[in-house]
Amino acid sequence: MPHVFHVVVCGGIVPDPLQSLEPVAGAAGPSLKNEMMLPAVLDPWAAHALYEAAHLVKAHPGSRLWLVSLGPKAKLQQVMMTVAQKVPFELIALDGPAGGFTEACEVAEALANAILGIAGLDRGKLLLFGGWESASRGAGATLAMVGERLGILDQFQGVDQLTVNADGSLTVLERIEGGQHQVSTAAGAPAVLGWATGHLPEPPNSPAVGMQNMRAIMPALGKAQPFRPAGEGLRFLSVELPRQRRETRIVRDLSAEQIADELVAWIKG
Amino acid sequence: MDQGVNLMERILLLIHPEADGSLPKSALEALGAAAALSKEASRSVWLSERATGGGFVATCGAQRFLGVVGEQFAQARYASDAAAAEALIKTSQATVVLAPATSRWSRVLAGVAQRVGGRIDTHVTALEAEEGRLCATRWYYRQRMFARITRGHRPWMLTLEPGIAPPWQGAAGSAQVENVAVALPDAMRRTTVSGVQAPAADQQTIRPDADLLFVAGAGWTKNQKDGKSHVDEAAKLILGFLRASKASLGSSKSLVDLAGEGQAVLPFMSHLNQVGQTGATPRHPKGLSTCCHGEEPHVVGWRFISERRAVNLDPNCGWAQGKADVLYVADAFEVMAKVNERL
Repeated sequence: MPHVFHVVVCGGIVPDPLQSLEPVAGAAGPSLKNEMMLPAVLDPWAAHALYEAAHLVKAHPGSRLWLVSLGPKAKLQQVMMTVAQKVPFELIALDGPAGGFTEACEVAEALANAILGIAGLDRGKLLLFGGWESASRGAGATLAMVGERLGILDQFQGVDQLTVNADGSLTVLERIEGGQHQVSTAAGAPAVLGWATGHLPEPPNSPAVGMQNMRAIMPALGKAQPFRPAGEGLRFLSVELPRQRRETRIVRDLSAEQIADELVAWIKG
Repeated sequence: MDQGVNLMERILLLIHPEADGSLPKSALEALGAAAALSKEASRSVWLSERATGGGFVATCGAQRFLGVVGEQFAQARYASDAAAAEALIKTSQATVVLAPATSRWSRVLAGVAQRVGGRIDTHVTALEAEEGRLCATRWYYRQRMFARITRGHRPWMLTLEPGIAPPWQGAAGSAQVENVAVALPDAMRRTTVSGVQAPAADQQTIRPDADLLFVAGAGWTKNQKDGKSHVDEAAKLILGFLRASKASLGSSKSLVDLAGEGQAVLPFMSHLNQVGQTGATPRHPKGLSTCCHGEEPHVVGWRFISERRAVNLDPNCGWAQGKADVLYVADAFEVMAKVNERL
């Protein structure tokens, strides 16, 4: 029996991991220096969630996939030019700050409202995907809060594998301590899955998929609802880069035997 | 233990026992952090039926011990864990809720914060009271910068990273545990936890309690002096070292990505081993990186490694310089073979 899912992936944008980041203080709280100038990418774990979602939707005909993304509209457009070439999806855009210093519960409220406004979404078939943590705030809080706002009581975090069983139940592998996975089975949708790396490699760029996506993405960006976080109650006393730089002793002239002696003494010491 | 601290908070500490009834080290560290904040605080213990009545922490000085007991709460399931935590928070009327950042609490507490109208900060690495207010330190942008924060909103929930405080130590005793009743309708039992999938004991390479983190970089799979790659030899050397040293294995992103792309690389390496920007930031007293040339293992993945050494053929490796205490300019294949002989 075919199972149809409505998969909504929540995924923000973050600075390219190779960029140097520096915090600056402003009237509205901390932000990143030259934040709007930094090249951005889709949040890495959310990107894995998107690829897993596309794989699931393809395997279950009749299923649909939406990507809900919050960020400055211009940056979203820039990132979507790349993301759109990966897998087919429908974009729901929110125009607002994408930085790590915003309040998770405010972001969750905006995302939940956007999801509730998706035309044609059947919440009984809903699988809410996202990264288990962002590469910005890195709290692992937003997705769970969105799930709570949508009344979803089956939630999983650190997911590496989802299997849809013949009866529609969902078997999930979640990361737990010590490199292990917890194995759970949920009765079916709706459910929240915060993805870790999953099992799928990044899809190659497909210009055809990109062109198909961009036809809908540009209008979606035009309709992006504004999001202005209030940030009430959260006060940043300081935001700093770690200043410690180690005095590295560079050892060039020792033999492998001598280095091994040093290392073993250090390991055992 | 709480000199200079005058927090006017009602503190609830949430802990859960392991499957064998013991308390994880991270729970005792969280208790140590809570105790340091205020011995007058109200703390709570959440117990499954397999726990031993709060005896482990009976003498910690908490004013109340609350428990949720029952077979349905033994498994780490979102719906039942969230219901239990919600009930404990409401019963205790806590203004501050602390919990160790175990996978179990990390799964549920953000949702619980939403449910009880609270706010949450996770991965907290330091807690302190300053001028009568609670301040927390946590990292942003994957350990690239850290912030000290405080909040006016209550309840404020915080999950505490391992190592935040020395583990609480005290005599075992007998605690008067108040049982908090929690209803669990069918809607909260749609998920069943069937077990844990773990590598065979001799193939387990991730050891959170190990004294040493061994980070293998992509250089292990590259062509060597003879113009050929020696992946089998690399695997033998790395596994031999892990067996002898009991170290935990980390990897750079580039190495595990090779595995994900279907290339025949180190068969025991997975994304679970990855440290750095999109991987883990493990805590170990010592770290040894080999054949790593990227930023991630040295800058982000090593953030919480105290003593750091690296073996690298490139004496100008900018990523190791300034990040490691010692950089050995040498061939890791040769060095690790000799290390294994000595171990």
